[in-house]
Amino acid sequence: MDDFLIRALIAGLLVALIAGPLGVFILWRRMAYFGDTLSHSAILGVALGLLLSINIKFGILFSTILVAGLLIYSQRQKKLASDTMLGIISHSALSLGLVLISFVEGVRVNIEAWLFGDILAVSWYDITYIAIGVGVVILVLLAIWKSLLSLTVHEELALVEGVNVSLISAIYTLLIALLVAIAMKIVGALLITALLIIPAAAARQFSKTPEQMALFSIAMGMLAVISGLVASFYADTPAGPSIVVFATILFLMTQAVRKT
Amino acid sequence: MSDPINKDTEIIASLDQIHLSLQGKTILHDVSLELQAGKILTVIGPNGAGKSSLIQVLLGFEKPNTGKVFRKPKLRIGYVPQKISINTIMPITVERFVALSGKRKANALEALEETGVASLAKQAIQDLSGGEFQRVLLARALQHKPELLILDEPAQGVDVIGQGELYEKIANLKDKYGFSVLLVSHDLHLVMQRTDQVLCLNQHICCSGHAEDVSQHPEYHRLFGNLPAEGLAVYTHNHNHCHDLHGDVVTGQCHHPEHSHSDHSDTNKIDQSLAKEVKHEHG
Repeated sequence: MDDFLIRALIAGLLVALIAGPLGVFILWRRMAYFGDTLSHSAILGVALGLLLSINIKFGILFSTILVAGLLIYSQRQKKLASDTMLGIISHSALSLGLVLISFVEGVRVNIEAWLFGDILAVSWYDITYIAIGVGVVILVLLAIWKSLLSLTVHEELALVEGVNVSLISAIYTLLIALLVAIAMKIVGALLITALLIIPAAAARQFSKTPEQMALFSIAMGMLAVISGLVASFYADTPAGPSIVVFATILFLMTQAVRKT
Repeated sequence: MSDPINKDTEIIASLDQIHLSLQGKTILHDVSLELQAGKILTVIGPNGAGKSSLIQVLLGFEKPNTGKVFRKPKLRIGYVPQKISINTIMPITVERFVALSGKRKANALEALEETGVASLAKQAIQDLSGGEFQRVLLARALQHKPELLILDEPAQGVDVIGQGELYEKIANLKDKYGFSVLLVSHDLHLVMQRTDQVLCLNQHICCSGHAEDVSQHPEYHRLFGNLPAEGLAVYTHNHNHCHDLHGDVVTGQCHHPEHSHSDHSDTNKIDQSLAKEVKHEHG
């Protein structure tokens, strides 16, 4: 097997490891559009990285955390419905990013790689970065798991029982921001949410507990990464979209299985 | 002030002259109450009387415009909210749902046994009936070892026999663990038997006292309209005057924001024994 394929596989599996448990909460808390907004804003981060000639990864991290903060803040206002706010932030960040990138001179930017991912170009350096990020997300998620679950089930009960709801929600949002920064290289800004939602939706059918759903979701994500990469290798299809297509096929198969 | 509750007992939470308005609409007007250790306080009122808002204020979810909210420091509250629905995308068993508030799973099972629904432990939470769910919520509140149990319309969606059993259960648990209870309801009949004090709420506190007294109080009948056939037909009540917080008649202008009492076509023949027993509060 080729070296680049092994690197792609490792990177993809690592991302699936955190996309699973983060994704189930996206489903439970009905935050799909929220995830989309964060990932679209990563394009703004790419532009910032290029314009300020800093490491693009840090540009992305900076912009997703900035937008995450903006989202947390905007949820406290009641003038506009939250999906309206999300729509405004999502598309303006994406467009602003694309406009700014066009100003960058000298560098030929492969914008497609940022929009749809470029997993086959992952380097060992990238993998180190991804592994550290994945480690941080797993540790933090384990630490807040019970509180996050409790506030997801019922916010007021969690509050009465002493859960710091706004703090835990903010931490969860930051974890999603971190995931976006990590997963940009794998599936790109436009498809990250698919990696969060589709495996989790496929896992629901077979799960009796929240933890089971998270684990099945990881398994589904990994299966999609492996099959997508193999298909991409043999049929020369774009890798990121292939992974998402296989995730969707898995989802459809689980829906066909009759619930017992 | 003829308060039916002993003044010596500890006050674990209280509201003091709470005003709350949301979007310019008055929800609560000059509401004061005290929750005493080990007592049951029932708040009754028609729909839209501000009962749930009162709980929201007491729990600190809603900030009142004016007035003071007191909760004993580190007060452990068990809360049974009104009708909640759990997202069906979340796979979660009854046992796990209850365990979310505590440290160990074994305690959750104990709590479920306590409320008589241990057999449902392995079921998905979304499959429960209204009555079963109320008992599961009660178990979760118990698991939190509350000093104060707050129940918002716990009998909604529960049939009449089930309601009686539920209230009996709550009262028995109260006797066993010694917590205070704040119960909110829109119907008086089954609630009453074990309660220490009843408040009638309709934006402001219309009347308060022992259950039997309140059920005879004209304000109660004005709110609920279901006059019993006998016993009260003679009783009439003139209400074009005001009362201060001590129940004494105040002359002069009345300040009721949401309703006036001028619609009483009563003659002035106040039953003296009732007037003595029933505390009468107006802002």
